[in-house]
Amino acid sequence: MVVYLKNIFNDAGNVTLFTARFFKEVLRPPYEIKEFIRQCYIIGYKSLPLVAITGFIMGLVLTLQSRPTLVEFGAESWLPGMVALSLIREIAPVITALICAGKISSGIGAELGSMKVTEQIDAMEVSGINPYKYLVVTRILATTLMIPLLVVFADGVGILGGYIGMNIHSDVTLFRYLSRILDSLEFLDIVPATIKTFFFGFFIGMTGCYKGYTAANGTESVGKAATSAVVVASLTIFIIDMLAVQLTDLFF
Amino acid sequence: MIQEKTNNKNPGSADSSKPVISIKGLYKSFGKDNDVLKGIDLTVQKGENLVVLGKSGSGKSVAIKCLVGLVTADKGEIKVFDTDISTLDYSGLNAVRIRIGFLFQNAALYDSMSVRQNLEFPLKRHSKKLSSQEVDDKVTEALVNVGLEEAIDKMPSELSGGMRKRIGLARTLILKPEIILYDEPTTGLDTITSREISELILAIQKKNKTSSVIITHDMACAKLTGDRLVIVKDGVIDAEGSYDELEKSDDAWVRSFFV
Ligand SMILES: Nc1ncnc2c1ncn2[C@@H]1O[C@H](COP(=O)(O)OP(=O)(O)OP(=O)(O)O)[C@@H](O)[C@H]1O
Ligand SMILES: [Mg+2]
Repeated sequence: MVVYLKNIFNDAGNVTLFTARFFKEVLRPPYEIKEFIRQCYIIGYKSLPLVAITGFIMGLVLTLQSRPTLVEFGAESWLPGMVALSLIREIAPVITALICAGKISSGIGAELGSMKVTEQIDAMEVSGINPYKYLVVTRILATTLMIPLLVVFADGVGILGGYIGMNIHSDVTLFRYLSRILDSLEFLDIVPATIKTFFFGFFIGMTGCYKGYTAANGTESVGKAATSAVVVASLTIFIIDMLAVQLTDLFF
Repeated sequence: MIQEKTNNKNPGSADSSKPVISIKGLYKSFGKDNDVLKGIDLTVQKGENLVVLGKSGSGKSVAIKCLVGLVTADKGEIKVFDTDISTLDYSGLNAVRIRIGFLFQNAALYDSMSVRQNLEFPLKRHSKKLSSQEVDDKVTEALVNVGLEEAIDKMPSELSGGMRKRIGLARTLILKPEIILYDEPTTGLDTITSREISELILAIQKKNKTSSVIITHDMACAKLTGDRLVIVKDGVIDAEGSYDELEKSDDAWVRSFFV
């Protein structure tokens, strides 16, 4: 029990140091711009199909599922607004972040973990290149920037999916559908939801990097780094989401 | 920025009377009951090839990792180019590291990069003034040195173990380091390639006046490249001398390395 607690505090300390190092090194030149762009491409562009499919299905299913209830109350005209609100405020950010935790956190964890185990990180270190800067800072920046963009993309595709869901049962023009959504959306629906996606992105990158970068020696730890990165990142996403909702409640 | 400064001039190290590497009383243990190094004393003079022998697991790799600060020593003094590396901050340490080449036991090639990118990676970062033509030339030259110029556009996963080792060597040499630490440069290579690599190590020593530490189990390599040999046993330097001296040692254990 004591050992267990000690490990937790030890881990917490290490994570804090690891995170602090990010803020220390992110502003200090030289900047690894090329690698950052490459990571944005890998993390952002390569996740588009996955995010598109899930976004579309979310919108479609949400519309189909909510419709009967709203029809019962004679409030079918609220359907587009309701679907868009749920998507933008909650469902698209969380589901997209979870999907990315599965794809990106584990990918980074496995990649850095195997680099650690095969001494590639040490090799960078001894050739006078700062591996933290080259590998970790670029990846965390890329996820912090790309996850919000992916979420916006998922919002868009989800709303499109909702439109198709609407048209299965009734006949609405796209213009009318969209103007109903715009009528029911407020600025405050969008801003807090967008802010939290930056945090999602940051922690998706951070967990993957931490788990990979601190992997123990031996090939089995690569697998461990990848799986525990997914688990921790997913949990963190839920916790951030809960905090974000509470804070929004408090302030707006 | 620091790198460029230190690439051009090398304060201190030109003095040939002082050893370029001096280790005194180096201790390192992993966990509670795995004392690996128990007081290593070692010096390397400028222009000297020091061969380190010792059984597998005796801590040879750990010792040279301490030299470049990859592993932090528990106790002891490590001086490289006459600076105590434990007193350096990160950028100071990096400035020293650039002047040291390190060949990893398992080559440690960057898997996500082609052979060409592996070699360019340190070059482009530390010699920013080079034109792309000069970078190309240096990469080709380094590959010709190890006899693998045809592998330039391959990925590390497409190479055999011995080829990886040689590319690792090319990457180590490309920055023209003043000190080179070779961790088993010939292990896993056939006899002919082993001899070629040993001769290359010797040629580099002659041409660039480098000082080297060569960890090896390959006695042919030790004989050819070593100016002086040391044997590590139970965490300390157990024997020291030239190849011929150690071969005729009174200690049967020392002699057993030479059969
Ligand atoms: N990062 C580490 N964590 C824990 N123990 C380690 C670590 N690195 C090395 N060791 C231990 O140090 C000892 C010496 O290892 P080292 O790799 O230096 O041996 P070596 O002399 O290079 O052997 P070989 O000739 O097989 O390469 C081993 O017992 C190993 O278990
Ligand atoms: Mg070794």
